[in-house]
Amino acid sequence: MDQIILETRSITKDFPGVRALDSVSIKVGRGQVLGLCGENGAGKSTLIKILSGVFPFGTYEGTIVLDGEEQRFHSVADAERKGIAVIHQELSLFGELSVAENIFMGHEIARRGVIDWNAVYAESYKWLRKLKLDDVRPTDKIKDLGVGKQQLVEIAKALIKRSRILILDEPTASLTGTEVELLLGILRNLRDEGVTCIYISHKLDEVLKISDCVTVLRDGLAVGGGEAKTLTERDLIRMMVGREISRMFPARTVKPGEEVLAVEGFSVTDRLTGQQLIKDVDLRLRKGEVLGIFGLVGAGRTELVSSIFGVPPGRKEGRLYLNGKPVTVDSPRDALKIGISLVSEDRKRYGLVPTMNVRENITLAFLQRFSGTLQLNVNEEIIAARRLVKELDIKTPSLETKVVSLSGGNQQKVIVAKNLIAETEILIMDEPTRGIDVGAKHEIYNLMERLTENGVSIIMVSSELMEILGMSDRILVLHAGRVTGEFDNTGRDVSQEDIMVAATGGVVQ
Amino acid sequence: MKESKFSLRVDLKTYMMVIALVAIWLIFTGITGGTFLSPRNLSNLFRQSVFTSILAIGMVMVIITGHIDLSAGSLAGLTGGIVSILHVWRGWNPYPSIAVTLIVGLALGLWNGYWVAYKKVPAFIVTLGGLLVFRGALVGITKGTTIGPMGELFRYIGKGYLPQYGGIILAVGGSAYFLYVQYRTRKGRLKYDFEVLPIHLEILKCVAAVTLIAVFVSVMNSYQGVPVPLIGLLVLFFIFSFVTKNTVFGRHIYAIGGNSEAAQMSGINVARTTLLVFVLNGLMAAIGGILMTARLNAASVAAGQNAELDAIAACVIGGTSLMGGIGSVGGAVIGAVVMASLDNGMSLLNVPMFWQSIVKGLVLVLAVWFDVSSTKK
Repeated sequence: MDQIILETRSITKDFPGVRALDSVSIKVGRGQVLGLCGENGAGKSTLIKILSGVFPFGTYEGTIVLDGEEQRFHSVADAERKGIAVIHQELSLFGELSVAENIFMGHEIARRGVIDWNAVYAESYKWLRKLKLDDVRPTDKIKDLGVGKQQLVEIAKALIKRSRILILDEPTASLTGTEVELLLGILRNLRDEGVTCIYISHKLDEVLKISDCVTVLRDGLAVGGGEAKTLTERDLIRMMVGREISRMFPARTVKPGEEVLAVEGFSVTDRLTGQQLIKDVDLRLRKGEVLGIFGLVGAGRTELVSSIFGVPPGRKEGRLYLNGKPVTVDSPRDALKIGISLVSEDRKRYGLVPTMNVRENITLAFLQRFSGTLQLNVNEEIIAARRLVKELDIKTPSLETKVVSLSGGNQQKVIVAKNLIAETEILIMDEPTRGIDVGAKHEIYNLMERLTENGVSIIMVSSELMEILGMSDRILVLHAGRVTGEFDNTGRDVSQEDIMVAATGGVVQ
Repeated sequence: MKESKFSLRVDLKTYMMVIALVAIWLIFTGITGGTFLSPRNLSNLFRQSVFTSILAIGMVMVIITGHIDLSAGSLAGLTGGIVSILHVWRGWNPYPSIAVTLIVGLALGLWNGYWVAYKKVPAFIVTLGGLLVFRGALVGITKGTTIGPMGELFRYIGKGYLPQYGGIILAVGGSAYFLYVQYRTRKGRLKYDFEVLPIHLEILKCVAAVTLIAVFVSVMNSYQGVPVPLIGLLVLFFIFSFVTKNTVFGRHIYAIGGNSEAAQMSGINVARTTLLVFVLNGLMAAIGGILMTARLNAASVAAGQNAELDAIAACVIGGTSLMGGIGSVGGAVIGAVVMASLDNGMSLLNVPMFWQSIVKGLVLVLAVWFDVSSTKK
């Protein structure tokens, strides 16, 4: 490493009862990309918050050295002045404001409080070009841009502050493959111009692709790392979890039985635009089977499964058969009644009630089971919730703990538990492992395997190819609302290329 | 087991409100040289708090569901007008006039609920409309006059007292019920092998509760007896405490307020549940309207004006979150008693009306600030 721009020396940070960081020292070279990996709770966010001044000087031990000088950031503004900018996982843009307004938010070009719009637009235009956002105008509203472009606007926002160090926290969590490539390309350009990056991601392949060096955190300790080209994904995983995960995906022992669910001629039309979101999809699911549904963003994956669950995003046509009998599902209520459950991709929005505790969340969908003529039997509720917490190994201090204080993986398990209170026959899991760490992913996969052993059939929607290939018995590929490929994956022998060809609309022979 | 520990902590928060109430009482007692705690004044205080409490019980369910009702005061005024028109002008017997009025309350609650639940118009707007519509209707049907006096039965439910032995029966019955519920809960938990309070604490709790009931009734009896409207409030309080805490419907309203989309996805009929909450709220406003008319012995066009604001304030002081999902009927009632205590105490001290308003407003803000700053972290 030729020249160290940023260095932390023995940073230690304690929270009541936990040591979040334990004497962590990292070094970043000028114009380099440092990949930062670790499971949720490993201390990545804490480290970023210290570097960016969220946790001000004095609340931690150790020193931050920037350009050879010790730094004491008392606020986020302090860190920004020194050129450190963080781009958070959840973007902090204003949907109703224009691109230019967002880029210059808090740093408006103004004279005596009056904004010089010409200068703002001209500057914005320059940065948009630089970030290859050629078709975006400074006056466009943020909400009209895709997530990928929003991410780039966020980067522009950091760059106009003359940031020399960009910290990107899970920048690709909601981006498609091409958007990811674009982003990585731009980061490389920026790096060549001397901007230093710290890149945090659960997607290890990306980390290895973009980084010069990688540091792995585990339980607040910097446990390893090195030059990216000497490392493999497996090395990283081993360091992250502290043990070898020999098989990420469980061995399948279940032989799918007879057909339990058939979907015929499903079409969904957007009520406003008249656009067909789902076109004439047929789908079959057998008992104990894991059916993977893959597609790129906009392929209609979520639209398809939520239509099966009774919440179509538009006008729905088509027939549904459960165990050979035609059924009508017009609401989640109908679906749950006949044993179809859905674990939504958006946990916070559709899965959990944040004001309620673990027990109340687990029993919510099937409360009637715990009720006599009038009164809820809380004792029965506790028994049932306790059984599921044990079965699914949900790590929670108690059943009465607010569900939002659990980690992402455990929240996800609570949602799964909620659907297992009743005799679920068909479990639809939309992006079951989005945003959860490697260890928890592994547990979710094992859980899926156990469920199918017990006769549950699973439809798994995912945008992670490895997950689709590793977990599914059969794979359905969607493109633009149509099924463009169906693969038998019993032998786990379908190739990534075939899936991608189908997902991009090509024909697989 | 950890569950029991946590429930103790939750209780502590409820106790905090009771402690705050007791503090207010002590302050007023000190300043008034004991007049505040006299049986006569306490009896008045409870009677005064009945109206706001009843509106607050309906309101707290609406707020827990994540909505708001600005029309409750107008609705109470309107239903109060209707019952007096039927009874005084039309000469109806009290019972059918009360029955019809309650039905009108349900129907107007249904009206509010329909727009909110099925037409997705924000509750703020629907009930702001209701505030104007119901008030206008009241002025229209009463022709702007005051209608009274009410008959014997109304005076009894509005201002009457139970005879001494009635209070004693109430105390014995209430204590027996409390002991029965404790016994059953404990037996239930033991059956499932859950942890229970040590038996001496359990007994202490029962003794404390029974003593409290006994003290309350004897204080009321040492004046004129337990006020009749207070019994109505107690009944409603028990019913709706039970409904919100121990029924599927109750759990559903908390879920809808906490995250209505997740509730929908969990198979909860969000629209119907919301509608029902507004219907119940309409019923409570009608009961409140009848009691208010009975107490004032007349209906007037200004009756119940701003009462919805008192009810909302009572809910909020009682720990209800305007974001929905958090709150309790018990808290709302305590909040209403806090508001009534401020009114009553300051009236005893001859504090001018404008100061009373200012003090109540500040207490509201401080109470919520205290809640926010203690739950943060």
